[in-house]
Amino acid sequence: MEPRARILKVLQQTTGKEISPGADDSLFASGLLDSFALTDFVSGLEEEFGVTIPDSDLSARKFDSISKVDAYLAQKV
Amino acid sequence: MAFLRGFGSWLPPRRVNNQELAPLVDATPEWILEVSGIEERRYAADTDTVGGIGLLAAKDCLDKAGATAAELGMILVASGSSDRFCPGPASQIAAGLGLGSTAALDIPVSSAGSLIGLALASQLASAAGRVLVVGTEIMSRRVTLSPEGKSTAILFGDGAGAALVDAENGFARIADSCMYTDGASSETLFMRDGQFYMDGSAVILHASRKMPRAINELLARNQIAAADVEAFLLHQANLNLISRVAAAMKTPLERFFTNIDRYGNTSSASLLIAADEWRGGQSGALTGPLVFSAFGSGLNWGALLALPG
Repeated sequence: MEPRARILKVLQQTTGKEISPGADDSLFASGLLDSFALTDFVSGLEEEFGVTIPDSDLSARKFDSISKVDAYLAQKV
Repeated sequence: MAFLRGFGSWLPPRRVNNQELAPLVDATPEWILEVSGIEERRYAADTDTVGGIGLLAAKDCLDKAGATAAELGMILVASGSSDRFCPGPASQIAAGLGLGSTAALDIPVSSAGSLIGLALASQLASAAGRVLVVGTEIMSRRVTLSPEGKSTAILFGDGAGAALVDAENGFARIADSCMYTDGASSETLFMRDGQFYMDGSAVILHASRKMPRAINELLARNQIAAADVEAFLLHQANLNLISRVAAAMKTPLERFFTNIDRYGNTSSASLLIAADEWRGGQSGALTGPLVFSAFGSGLNWGALLALPG
């Protein structure tokens, strides 16, 4: 499965909705994520991609869209 | 050795409920409750000072502990909203207690300050004997009651709490503590020009990971299971955050004492106000471990473990 599809899977698990936002859509502005859901989203990404996201990277801006998450994870994996 | 001997608190009488606050910040009362768990908070009077309300909590603590100010070897006062930066409220509280030479030091750390105070007091008690820890905040003067200030205005309230740490006796022995600082993330939560700013998403991300980590560290180090903890006393930041920590600890939320619904987030005062109310509801001796944890500006966070004395 492509990274963006896996990110979408985690997002769907986090929100509990069968959503498919555009790659550059803001996940916060669209209301799909809020502060607390972001915590679950980050944890889900860690589990799905087998990476540890350090506290120093805990900025909502890094996880605001599927493309930003994809770019971030590309550096980690 | 250091023991928790007693707690005290003081809350201003003026109640500001969500119905009163919501139109000022362009929100609904239901939304405020949903995102914070807060139904009302207390606001200090214009004539109140951070040191003044801290003094009332200090006196309440000494009364409940059956101690006198003259017995104190040191006073530690946590506040992120002090009226004056230097000197802060510690010296005012010491003077208010009638003390002319007892060391009184400020801890200018919002939210996590009283936990830091407890941890420091547990280390200093062997030399100082009895250390009074006070957390006192008038946060209502540090927020803007407007739609632009909504993210902080809905959360914060005013109040003061206190704890007496004693080298010789008390209802619980402070067994261990840990404190941490992540200065690289300090811009997520800070005071500037007298107003409090918060990157809510980042703060929640940090807090929901760092607090369980600190608590688990203490429990593992002392070979205690979370299920065996009698009560978790946390900084009352946001009910949803406390729920997150409870879930991370795989512990029912009912084991986490909460009073944020009635007082809002009183920053560094909240931990000690919660401790005072929790203790007041106890009918007998402590029967199991007690865990404190807080997270605040700095970023500073940590946890403290107390065991039946």
